Amino acid sequence: MAMNTQGRPTAAPRTSAAAIETVSGSRGLLQREDLLFEIGTPETTGVDLPKPKGLKNRLGGVARKVDTGLPGLSEPQAVRHYMRLSQRNYAIDLGFFPLGSCTMKHNPRLNEKMARLPGFADIHPLQPQATVQGALQLIDELATWLKTLTGMPSVAMSPKAGAHGELCGMLAIRQALIARGEGETRKRVLVPASAHGTNPATAVQCGFIVDEIKANARGRVDMAELREKLQHTDDVAGIMLTNPNTCGLFETDIKEIADLIHKAGGYFYCDGANFNAIVGRVRPGDLGVDAMHINLHKTFSTPHGGGGPGSGPTVFSEALAPYAPVPFVTKDEDGLFRLVEHVDGDAKDSFGRMVAFHGQMGMFVRALTYMLSHGADGLKQVAEDAVLNANYVQARLKHVMTPAFEGYCMHEALFSDAFTADGIETIDIAKALIDEGYHPMTMYFPLVVHGAMLIEPTETESKAELDRFCDSLESIARRAAQGDETLKGAPYLAPAKRLDETRAARKPVLKWTRPAPESVAAE
Amino acid sequence: MRYLPLTPQDRASMLATIGAKSADDFYADVPKTARLKAKIAGLPDHQGELAVERHMTKLAARNRAASAGPFFVGAGAYKHHVPATVDMIIQRSEFLTTYTPYQPEIAQGTLQTLFEFQTQVAALTAMDVANASMYDGSTACAEAAVMAARVTKRSKIILSGGLHPHYAAATRLLCEAQGLTVVQLPVAIDGEGELEKSVDGETACVVGQSPNVFGTVTDLSGVAKSAHEKGALLVSVFTEAVSLGLVTPPGEMGADIAAGEGQSIGNGLNFGGPYVGLFACREKLMRQMPGRLCGETVDADDQRGFVLTLSTREQHIRRDKATSNICTNSGLCALAFTAHMTLLGGRGLKQLAQLNHEAACELADALGGLKGVDLLTPRFFNEFAIRTPVDAEAVLAMLEEAGVVGGVRASRLFPNDHLGDVILVAATECTTADDIAAYAAALKEII
Repeated sequence: MAMNTQGRPTAAPRTSAAAIETVSGSRGLLQREDLLFEIGTPETTGVDLPKPKGLKNRLGGVARKVDTGLPGLSEPQAVRHYMRLSQRNYAIDLGFFPLGSCTMKHNPRLNEKMARLPGFADIHPLQPQATVQGALQLIDELATWLKTLTGMPSVAMSPKAGAHGELCGMLAIRQALIARGEGETRKRVLVPASAHGTNPATAVQCGFIVDEIKANARGRVDMAELREKLQHTDDVAGIMLTNPNTCGLFETDIKEIADLIHKAGGYFYCDGANFNAIVGRVRPGDLGVDAMHINLHKTFSTPHGGGGPGSGPTVFSEALAPYAPVPFVTKDEDGLFRLVEHVDGDAKDSFGRMVAFHGQMGMFVRALTYMLSHGADGLKQVAEDAVLNANYVQARLKHVMTPAFEGYCMHEALFSDAFTADGIETIDIAKALIDEGYHPMTMYFPLVVHGAMLIEPTETESKAELDRFCDSLESIARRAAQGDETLKGAPYLAPAKRLDETRAARKPVLKWTRPAPESVAAE
Repeated sequence: MRYLPLTPQDRASMLATIGAKSADDFYADVPKTARLKAKIAGLPDHQGELAVERHMTKLAARNRAASAGPFFVGAGAYKHHVPATVDMIIQRSEFLTTYTPYQPEIAQGTLQTLFEFQTQVAALTAMDVANASMYDGSTACAEAAVMAARVTKRSKIILSGGLHPHYAAATRLLCEAQGLTVVQLPVAIDGEGELEKSVDGETACVVGQSPNVFGTVTDLSGVAKSAHEKGALLVSVFTEAVSLGLVTPPGEMGADIAAGEGQSIGNGLNFGGPYVGLFACREKLMRQMPGRLCGETVDADDQRGFVLTLSTREQHIRRDKATSNICTNSGLCALAFTAHMTLLGGRGLKQLAQLNHEAACELADALGGLKGVDLLTPRFFNEFAIRTPVDAEAVLAMLEEAGVVGGVRASRLFPNDHLGDVILVAATECTTADDIAAYAAALKEII
C-alpha cells in the first residue's frame, strides 16, 4: 500500500460498497435530519426581538388561550436544518430535469437579483398609485411583450398560476355567453382526452359540462369526431385545446378547429403550457385563439420553487377582451399609469376580480428580465433549440424505445412502454434514471399513450448533456426490453428508496404529533 | 446568447443525426399562413446583463419602497421584517429550482418542509389539518366557500361585512360560476354581529374575518354555534398571520375551515404577490380539501419519508370530478413561511405579535388623540380605521408630501359605501416611535 512519510495511507484499499450502518444515521455528506419538532424547543429562537413594553392590550378579550407550542431553532440550527434537507432534493441547477410538460429550463440568477430590488420587493399593493409608477410601467411593459409575442390584443395579468389562467379564460367565455343571453344554454365544452387534468377540472369549476374528444392515430384531435360532436351547436360553449398538444405535437388542423368552433358559436381556449415550443415562431393570435394562459414559470424561466409560485397571465382576442378581469393597468393621456380596480367605467363588462391585488409581481419582474435578456431574436432561438433538443433525443432513442407517434415532435419527445418486457413498467425506467443522476421524465401522462414517457429537454441543455442522458436511458431501455428485474428495486442510490404511497393515503398522517410517553405506549 | 448552450456546430450535427435540413422542418405542421418568417417585430433584440439591469433599476427607482420612511399601509398585506436567513434558504438552488415533489425519492427536502409547514399551520390556526398552501389568502377563502358547499350539499354562502372586499369578490366569482348563491352582508366596521343572525337552513357556510378588514378583532364562537345549529359551517378568515400569536385563532372559535394569508411571515410585500394562502380544516373534512397534501409514510427500507397524498381529490387524477382545478401551490413562499416560523418559534411569534399590537396601540393613541380624528375600531390587533374631517384621498396626498404613507383610503376598497373619509391604518414591528410622531404631526397640520 502507498504511504506518505507520516505513515498515512495515500491510496484507497478496495473494499465492498455493501451496506454500512452508521451510528449517527448520517451517510457521509448526506446528513441525517429529523423533523423540526424533534430537534427544536419552544424556548429556542433564531430572532432577537425587543422586549414588549407591557402595555394594556386592546384585544377586548379576543385573545389566544392556548399557546401554539411550536418549537424554534437558533439561526445556526435553522441553517443546518434546511441545508441538510436541501441535500435530499434534485434541482435543475444540479442536473438535467426532462420533466415533460413542465419546461424545467435554467432559471437565470439575474432575474432573482432584479426581483429583490427594494423598488419591486418592498412595495405595497395598496400604496398610492403615484408612488408605484415604475411598478405599473413594468406590468405594462410585460403586457406589451406578451401581447406582441402572442399576437393577441389584450392580456389579464392577475392569474396566479396556469390553472388560475385557465379559470380566467373560461370565466371570460362564460361572461361573453351571458352577455349574448346564452349563458344558460351553452354549457358544453369540448376537451381532448390528452388534455392536462386542469382543463376538465377548470371547465367544471365554471359550471360547464365536459365533452371528451378522442385523439386520432397521429396524436391529434380526431376531426371526424369533432365534426360529429358539432352536429348540434346550440349548447356549445367552446373548446379547450393545448397547442402544441400534450403529446408534444402541433395540432395540424388547428385553424379548421378554430373555424368550426367559431361557426358553432363557441370560443377557442388554448392551453398555453407548451408555448415554449413556438414562442417567436408562431403567434396564437394567427391561429384563431380567443383566450390562452401563459405560464411565466415555464416559457419565461421563473423558478418552479418546488411547486409554485407560478404565474398565468391570460391573453384575449377582441371578442373576449371586454370581459377580462379587474384589475388592469392603463395609461392616461398625461402619461401616468393607472390601475382599473372596479367593475365600472372602463371595465363595466368585466367578469370581476379573481384575486386580491394585481398578480404575481415578483414573477413579472423575473419574466421581463428574462425577455429583455433574450430579446425577440433570442426567444425565436429558444423555441428552435427547445424543439431541436427534443427531436435529437427522439432520434437517439427511437431505435430502443417506442415513439408514441411517427414524425418530428415539437419541444418534447413522447414514448410508450410497448418496448418493455412483461413486468417492467414505466415507473421502473423512471426510477432507474434517478440512479443515473437524472430527474425522471414525466410518466403516465398524457393518458392517451400507454405507460407514457414524456421527455422535455428544453433549450438550456448542451449537446454533451443530452448525449450523456441518452446513453443512460438507452442502456436502461435495453434492460427494460430484456426484463431486467433489478429495475424493479430502483432507485438504489437516492436519499430514499421507493415510498409507500398506498400506506400514506390509507391512514393519512398530515402533521407531526407528539409521540405518547413510552410508559403508556408500552402498555 | 448566454442562456443557450448549443453552438452552431452542435446544431448542424444534431440536425444531421435527426435527418432534418433545418429547424423549419419541425414546424411543418404549422399552417403556412401562421409561420413567421422573421423575428417578431416591435420588440428589442437580446441584451447583456448590464443593460437589462440598468433598465430594471430605473423602473424600480420610480417606486417608493416601504422601508424608505414612515409607512402605515396594511389591509391584507403587511410590512414586516424578514430575517436574512429566510432569503438565503429560499435561494438555495435545491429548493428554488426544483419542481413539485412528484418523485419523492429525490424530493424529501421539499416534502419534509411541507410536512413541517402543515404542522405549523395547523398549530397556528388551532385546526386539525392543513394543506401544503394555496395561491394566496383570497383564493384560499374562495376555495373554502366552495368546499363548504360540497361538504354540506347546500348552496348559500354568507359573507360578512368585515370580510376584505377583494376576498369577497374572489369568493363571489368562484361561487357564482358554480351556481351557488352568495349573500353579502352590509359593511361592518366594528364587528361581525350580523353574521350570527343571518344563518338559515339553506346556508352552506358563513365567512367571517378576524381581525377584519377594518382591523376589528371578533370572537366568532357565537357565529360558529349558530352555524352549527343550522347545519352550516364557519369559515374563519384572517389576512394578518402574525395576529395568530395573540388573537383567538379559528380553531378556538369553533371554525370548520380556516383560510388566510401567510405573507406576513417570511414573505415580502412584492406589490401583492407571490403570497402564500393558508388553508386548514377539521379532520373529518380532510378528504374534501383542495390543493396538495403531504403525508408521512415509509420507504422500501422502512425508513420514514414523505409523499404527496390523497391525490385522488386532485385534477391530474380526477379531472372533471376533482375538488378543485388547482395544480400549483405556493411552494417557495410556503418555505419562506416555515423557515421564518422556525426561526421565531412559538414564543418568538407571540413576542412579535405583542410588538405589533403595542405599536398599533401607540399609533391609535397618537392619531385618535387628535381633535377631529375618530378611532372607529373598538378592538384591534395591528390595524384600525380612523375617520378624518377631510376627504381621505386629500389627507393621504398631503401626508405623502410630508413623507408619510398614511394608509389605505377605505373608498379604494369600498367605492360605493360612503367611506370617503375613512382611512385604514396599520402598524407593525417595523414602525418606530419617530414614524408615529411624524404621522401624528403631519396629520395635525392637515386637519
